[in-house]
Amino acid sequence: MADDGQRVGPGVVAITTLTGATLLFLLAPVVIIVILSFSGADYLRFPPPSLSFRWYEHFFGVPAWRRAILVSTEVATLTTVLATGLGLLASLALVRGRFRGKGAVYAFVLSPMIVPTVITAIALYFFFARMKATGSVVAMALGHTVLALPVVVIIIVATLQGFDVRLEQAALSLGASRVTALRRVTLPLILPGVFSAGLFAFLTSFDELLISLFLSGAEIQTLTVRIWNSLLLEVDPTIAAVSAFLIGVTTVVLGASALARRRGEAPEA
Amino acid sequence: MSGAERRETLRHVLLLVPALLLLIVLFVYPLSGIVNRSVYKNGYTLDAYRQIVGVPVYVQVIARTFRTAALVTLLCLALGYPLAYRLATLRPRTARLLMIVVVLPFFTSVIVRTYAWMVLLGRTGLVNQSLTALGLAPGPLPLLYNQAGVLVGMTYVLLPYMVLTLYSVMRGIDGALIRAAYGLGASRLQVFRRIFLPLSLPGVAGGTLLVFILSLGFFITPALMGGPADMMIAMLIEREVEITLNWAFASALAVILLALTLVGFVGYNRIIRLDRIFEARS
Repeated sequence: MADDGQRVGPGVVAITTLTGATLLFLLAPVVIIVILSFSGADYLRFPPPSLSFRWYEHFFGVPAWRRAILVSTEVATLTTVLATGLGLLASLALVRGRFRGKGAVYAFVLSPMIVPTVITAIALYFFFARMKATGSVVAMALGHTVLALPVVVIIIVATLQGFDVRLEQAALSLGASRVTALRRVTLPLILPGVFSAGLFAFLTSFDELLISLFLSGAEIQTLTVRIWNSLLLEVDPTIAAVSAFLIGVTTVVLGASALARRRGEAPEA
Repeated sequence: MSGAERRETLRHVLLLVPALLLLIVLFVYPLSGIVNRSVYKNGYTLDAYRQIVGVPVYVQVIARTFRTAALVTLLCLALGYPLAYRLATLRPRTARLLMIVVVLPFFTSVIVRTYAWMVLLGRTGLVNQSLTALGLAPGPLPLLYNQAGVLVGMTYVLLPYMVLTLYSVMRGIDGALIRAAYGLGASRLQVFRRIFLPLSLPGVAGGTLLVFILSLGFFITPALMGGPADMMIAMLIEREVEITLNWAFASALAVILLALTLVGFVGYNRIIRLDRIFEARS
């Protein structure tokens, strides 16, 4: 629905101004934190009086932070593998399958996105505590998989809906087995969507705080858990550098996903 | 159903098994444990629920949670509707570009976004500096660790959900209807009031419901940006689990919150599907 070249009245000017202000409201905090992370001062004042990498040096230099990067990456990688694998299979069934209650199953798979994470986190805490399994990378990754699965399914289902089933049918009619058709025709074509789903699964885990918080241990802490713990104590400018790092990860994921999608689009689209 | 079709269906159901198994073991079963904890303490009892209703402080927390959620939802709608409207009426290419500004914070960690506002709203933060410099405030205003901080922070975190829901509905409005109305001599305002607004109402209903139910269960932002007087249900649950160790009570609160959320989710699903807001992810 494009604008139809109507006369620009005061209403349009007002809405455009308001829109600009709202976009600024959305973008400014993210940009300001990134700028502040390069501050050379001991305190967070905008604009920074001087620029430096000192907070990054601190972030990447302190063993506890380095360990947290490692834990976050391990948890997110495991989550990505689990959620993408299970999500891909489930998406194939949800798009191709004809069975009763499909809509309900889909809503059920998406429901972890809606249930307050605090409740999911506490439930998982009780669950893993009984098995004495809290404070482990695997427990965190399993918890994150619950949250990442809906994200993966949403993205792969959308990809599969845009996929021309006739291509797979052609392969089958030419004598390919079901597995061959899936492996040689369908998967390569939906790969950009699956890749994008994996990226968002990684991001979901990397950014998650509450499940990590309840399942963390003294040694096993993710980046977000360390941010949370230090925010309860003091406003340490290192957090600005950690935040900018996380914003950077988000930007890379969004960029890579957009690129993958553009590559995956058919030439005529 | 023929044999081949039945085998096909079975194959698809089998593909679902791993994901459903994971959700049942790590989501449904742990949640059912919470339900059980809320009614079982040396025998089945509703004491925990009675405690919630019987103690005025807890009723206040619940009332405050609803009030805050309602305010945040209104703020998101007030900011989100004009933005989504403007984006939906721009050329798709321009709209996609500006959408990045909505999507980048949407996918940034909640704790990072909350931290950003803590820095901005602090006593010496940019907002107070600007207000003082412009002569709008005599000195630093208390913007953090109170209701104002909670409202700003939560509105910021939830606004993308509102905009993405509204936008997905508004993009689907048939442009031919709009052009026809202009062709028949309607003014811009008339077109908006008589055509665009009514057709966008499903988005308003969906966005409002989504932001409201997400607000009800919000934890990170109010916990960091609110003061002791701004306790919400999710914070009370966390406190009862971590500090008071009153697990039955925490579980009862969680069950109430869970029930409210699921009712809202069923309603949302009737209006609009959750996956549609993901379409604008890049």
